[in-house]
Amino acid sequence: MSIHSRIVDDLVANDVSFVTTVPCKQLAGVIDEVEARKEIFHIPANKEDEGMGLCAGAFMGGKRPCIIMQNTAIGVTINTLATLTQFYRMPLPMLISYRGELREPVACQVEMAVHTKALLAQLHIPTYHFHREKDSDELDAILKYTFMCNKPVAILTDASFWGGYGDQ
Amino acid sequence: MIRSEILREIAPIIRDHLVVCNIGLPSQELHMIDDQPSNFYMLGTMGLSSSIGLGLALAQDKTVISIDGDGSVLTNFGTLPTIANNVADNYILLIIDNGSYGSTGDQPTYAGKKTSLTAVAKACGCENVIECQDVDTPKVLQEAIDSRKMTIIVSKCDSGNIKLPVITMDPVVIRDRFMKAVSA
Repeated sequence: MSIHSRIVDDLVANDVSFVTTVPCKQLAGVIDEVEARKEIFHIPANKEDEGMGLCAGAFMGGKRPCIIMQNTAIGVTINTLATLTQFYRMPLPMLISYRGELREPVACQVEMAVHTKALLAQLHIPTYHFHREKDSDELDAILKYTFMCNKPVAILTDASFWGGYGDQ
Repeated sequence: MIRSEILREIAPIIRDHLVVCNIGLPSQELHMIDDQPSNFYMLGTMGLSSSIGLGLALAQDKTVISIDGDGSVLTNFGTLPTIANNVADNYILLIIDNGSYGSTGDQPTYAGKKTSLTAVAKACGCENVIECQDVDTPKVLQEAIDSRKMTIIVSKCDSGNIKLPVITMDPVVIRDRFMKAVSA
């Protein structure tokens, strides 16, 4: 079974039925899988803070949400995370491609990578880093934890986790 | 009419529906005029009233009215294509367009100059977009609710504010009682 299917299986098993996405090359496979599943309503967002607003509404409407995005989005969404998701105590699993780590071909991605964990730590957001495929064995427990504590939780998935960037 | 006068007029219409109300003075005014558990007051996060309302409408069947402002829609312009392409017929976006950033001192917005939010919403693909004058807002809103069709209303009104206190209710209390109203 592909890693994309395993990730989305965990989402479905945890009753996540509303997923918003802002694309990243590394996330293309998992976004395709989200789109294909009938158990999930997939709503692409134009910007990640908009996506977090959609997720907040869906949560209050009784659905379990998830956002899939790139780590550059942490720079975009700090205000939303602090004044909406955290202030109103809402759960939000964030599946994040961790660009700018080892094997990254684009120098500019490193500029946000070096801030990513520091920003998440500053926001007191529980953060998990998937580096090897086996690390995703914890996804089920991470999702349960997120909906138990009503907090945003970050799952950083780096290039090694996704198998690199192919031929450079 | 100014925004608070419109809110006073529409309060009897919206009180039986789920309302997501924009940050700042709009929420403070609605809270003072007709506080309801079915009102979700935004205490921060400018621009996301329309997005929260759309997510809520897509997740359940009750009618949802997002009250937004022209400045906030300008802040989150990406919301309009998302709304257009994810139709929820239980969703109404009411943009109270006074051409100014009311909560911050009535600085003019571009919507009060050359930019038409009505034209932008239509260009984004929204199918039922109605621009009306402030005095016609209650009638247009009631018709939109009764139509059970997703509708964007742009209500053109005057800029101006009234003096009133901030909302001191805890955000978790706002959210909790709102979710109980959603599931009631």
